Amino acid sequence: MKDFCNKTRKIYFIKSLIILSLFIGCNKKTPVKEDIQNHVISNSENNQNTEIAASPPPFSDEYIFPCSECHAEMEVNTQPRLLEMHEEIVESYNHDSENRWCLACHDANIRDSLRLASGKLLDFKESYKLCGQCHGDKLRDWKAGIHGKRTGYWNGKKEYLLCVHCHDPHSPRFKKFKPDPPPVLEKDTITKSK
Amino acid sequence: MQKEENNTRRDFLKKLSLGVGGSVVALSACNSPQFDDFLQKNFKTLSKEDIDEIVLNLEKKYTEKYGKQFSVSGKPAIDDTLFGYALDLSRCVGCRKCVYACVDENNQSRDPQIHWIKVLQMEKEKGIDFAHADVHYNPELVPEEGRFYVPVACQQCANPPCVKVCPAQATWQESDGIVVVDYNWCIGCRYCMAACPYGARNFNWSEPNEPDEEINPITHYLGNRPRPKGVVEKCTFCIQRVREGKYPSCVEICPTGSRKFGNLLDPESEIRYILENKRVLVLKAELNTQPNFFYFFGV
Repeated sequence: MKDFCNKTRKIYFIKSLIILSLFIGCNKKTPVKEDIQNHVISNSENNQNTEIAASPPPFSDEYIFPCSECHAEMEVNTQPRLLEMHEEIVESYNHDSENRWCLACHDANIRDSLRLASGKLLDFKESYKLCGQCHGDKLRDWKAGIHGKRTGYWNGKKEYLLCVHCHDPHSPRFKKFKPDPPPVLEKDTITKSK
Repeated sequence: MQKEENNTRRDFLKKLSLGVGGSVVALSACNSPQFDDFLQKNFKTLSKEDIDEIVLNLEKKYTEKYGKQFSVSGKPAIDDTLFGYALDLSRCVGCRKCVYACVDENNQSRDPQIHWIKVLQMEKEKGIDFAHADVHYNPELVPEEGRFYVPVACQQCANPPCVKVCPAQATWQESDGIVVVDYNWCIGCRYCMAACPYGARNFNWSEPNEPDEEINPITHYLGNRPRPKGVVEKCTFCIQRVREGKYPSCVEICPTGSRKFGNLLDPESEIRYILENKRVLVLKAELNTQPNFFYFFGV
């Protein structure tokens, strides 16, 4: 599980970095803070505040964030186009790619922020709200603890993962991977004992 | 002639009673742990003090044997709790992470190999079909096209056939719904294995074999404590974890979040949300085993 998640995390992190760095941003802001551990799901239907973020959004603990470091110097161009920068994301991008591009989710001006369809800016640690704009049924199940994984206590404090901990937001479908070994065949056991 | 016969019988009885009486005195005087084990009553009839003492002795014994600090819990069921489990068939990818997390957590024998969880690969065209299920699948990548995966462990039936057939009352259902085995009372007849329609019970044909350094020392008397040769074992929903409020280890490891666990008596629980909002099924419903383990379709 750890390997699996770390890998996804790393890939996403690198990709998001690259894509963001292409755009020209303004102010240098760092919306993702260290206090993520205390972040609880807002608008949760079961208002017990027992759901705690298991870990920060999957890039903040590594290098490239904040995106504004590069984008601060660049001019804003809101014209949808194929980017030469952020090559990896462009290649793997598979998330309604016909109709959407970077600025469907990333804010053009505040580079270190996401943006809802309403124009409202959104912190990366609340990215599930952004995903929920289209995937409302998944968001509903996720809030109830049915979609995605919760760890911790069945009768108490639970830790949740963000959508992007498991799904690469630029290519959300799960990637296939090698299963752990099958159980030993009985005939193997017999051969071995001989 | 007649006198001689009488004498013989009388003598025999005298000697016998002397012998039995003498050995009982001798045995009770020796007070060895094995003897205590042998005379231990059925777990269900033990008082709290008895359990505390037994558990303490076991901790001592295991700590010595495995060279690390063991804890053996005898914690009873939590009040107003009935454990339920739900597994999302639309999300399981058959990676078997749960199988090996369970082996590690519950001290299952490595060789001979015991797996409490068996992941069955089935064909989407055939639906749930145990006759053609494959537990030994081993492709380069999962999930495979046209296949789906049904992990099966103990279904913690509300009407458990395994409990009914046990001639020693060594297996029973606790008030929180977990079907447990007292390894001290199991006589190894394996009737329960024959009775279980899910193949969820496993027998220790030889001394369980696990590297000392991999042994999980946090145990429960009715769960993952080291087992002797010749007893049956099975999934207990990680009784040592869930009675402390934690999720079972298969729930915690699942990379797709397919496994859900909670209290069926709590209307706010995840498990109740699933039963009320999703399409749910149980395996072999026609057998009236009434599992507390549900399968559902999250999408």
